[in-house]
Amino acid sequence: MTIAIHVENLTRRFNDLVAVDHISFEIAQGEIFGLLGPNGAGKTTTLSMLATMLKPSEGTAMVNGIDVERDEDGVRRSIGIVFQDQSLDEELTAWENMDFHGRLYRIPSDIRNLRIDELLKLVELFDRKDDIVKTFSGGMRRRLEIARGLLHHPSVLFLDEPTLGLDPQTRNHLWQYIATLSREKGITIILTTHYMEEADRLCNRVAIIDHGKIIALDTPGNLKDGIGGDVITIKSPETAKIVETLKEPWINRMDTHEGEVVISLRNAEQHLSTIVTLIVARQIPISSISIHKPTLEDVFLSFTGKTIREQEASTTEIMRQQMKKMGRH
Amino acid sequence: MDIIYTIWLRSMKRFIRSKSRIIGSIAMPLFFLLFLGFGLNSVVNLPGLGENYIQFLIPGMVAMSVLFTSVFSGIQIIWDKQFGFLKETLVAPVTRLEIMLGQTAGGATTAVIQGLMILILSLLIGLSIQTIPGFLIAIGFMVLIGIGFTAFGIAIASSMEDMNGFQLIMNFVIFPIFGLSGALFPISSLPGWLGPITMLDPLTYGVEGIRYGLTGVSQINPVICFAVIGGFTVAMTAIGAYLFRKIAI
Repeated sequence: MTIAIHVENLTRRFNDLVAVDHISFEIAQGEIFGLLGPNGAGKTTTLSMLATMLKPSEGTAMVNGIDVERDEDGVRRSIGIVFQDQSLDEELTAWENMDFHGRLYRIPSDIRNLRIDELLKLVELFDRKDDIVKTFSGGMRRRLEIARGLLHHPSVLFLDEPTLGLDPQTRNHLWQYIATLSREKGITIILTTHYMEEADRLCNRVAIIDHGKIIALDTPGNLKDGIGGDVITIKSPETAKIVETLKEPWINRMDTHEGEVVISLRNAEQHLSTIVTLIVARQIPISSISIHKPTLEDVFLSFTGKTIREQEASTTEIMRQQMKKMGRH
Repeated sequence: MDIIYTIWLRSMKRFIRSKSRIIGSIAMPLFFLLFLGFGLNSVVNLPGLGENYIQFLIPGMVAMSVLFTSVFSGIQIIWDKQFGFLKETLVAPVTRLEIMLGQTAGGATTAVIQGLMILILSLLIGLSIQTIPGFLIAIGFMVLIGIGFTAFGIAIASSMEDMNGFQLIMNFVIFPIFGLSGALFPISSLPGWLGPITMLDPLTYGVEGIRYGLTGVSQINPVICFAVIGGFTVAMTAIGAYLFRKIAI
């Protein structure tokens, strides 16, 4: 197994805010690796450091065996990036945007022209190659940016929130592209996302990141198995009483959270009637009850005690306070 | 060189496509030329500089057109920053100096083309080119103004967060540079306190240089003009490159 990325104790501080806090991980070549977490968890900061856009405060990072601090250009030549925010020149055509990129990376013109055509066909934009980017939809722009990121044949591709703000159909389409890319070209792909489904469907391994720390790292399957089977969620005004009542050996784990009891157990279908009987016997009201297979959302909840959306709200609050301290607004 | 050319090429493509911007930036110097020129031609008498105010004004308007276009081209980096395109160039394996020089070359070319348009339009309203070398000297000064002030724009853009300060810069920096430069009036006949201020304005030397080239007469020795505006251009390019290196994204 060849290591594409090696990160050790990587840390980044902005004044007193520790955006990335001593994280370490390794990514094998050809892997699709996801950094999953709420906004402000430190995903983009991590990516920026790996892509040499930001200097680490501490720790080391190697991309394709090259130290990001020692040889920026070496790293830059071997990676492709699709940023979270659009970075196309809207007044140029799709082809011109590609051409500009190819020239910046000093790809000889004959190879450059061949690759541009090939990649525009891959992302199904060849028919629109001479149209000004301004006329493109969000999904088309993303596809163009991915094609552009691949033009200089990087061995590692960074995708920062690749499907943010896209409609579900386009999102599905992009996922297929990304999966195909990894399969056919053997490119290592690192993506950040706060969409559970995206991480689940695309990634070979997922690092769940929160407050700058990696709190779990495994395959999506293992992460979900770690929860201990299925998940039953009971909504009730008296959650504490429910927890008290359900002291059964076949329950692996129980958390209360916002008027809900989240129970992890094997074979939920078989135990559901017992659970309901026990609760009803003590005359505890139930507003609703549901069973589902565990998702990465449940994994995040089990590690942090919060859902990703709640965590986002509180992180935003922390950042706002931090900004105030820094004298901004 | 190839990277500088790449970035220059992008500027050119954008320039050619922005018809409204081309016309927009010709309009102001052209209107100045028409309204001030024809309006004041009969009442203004310039001792020792020929009788014709329009002839006197043309070099100033050419310089104005180069000045405004070049500063504007430099400041456009902020747009690239806001619309994200700057990231694309900054993360490529190229040096910041190459990017900055490419941007400067692009801005200066655009500015000189705009200046030439005013020059050509001036031929229609009475400018007669004295000598071919003189015409080339004028273009040389336009190039220096173009490079110097694009770099100046880049320096400003590198230290600005967004376009909010743009109006302020235009009103309190660029317009005084233009107003004090002797583009509109002969500096030799200014009141005593104002004279030295115009001599601190680098554009004064640019205007005088162009004037020397086009009309054969100038109030400052053209060699001094060349030395000052040349020095300004070199210094601005160095400062612009230094500040551009520090842009964080």
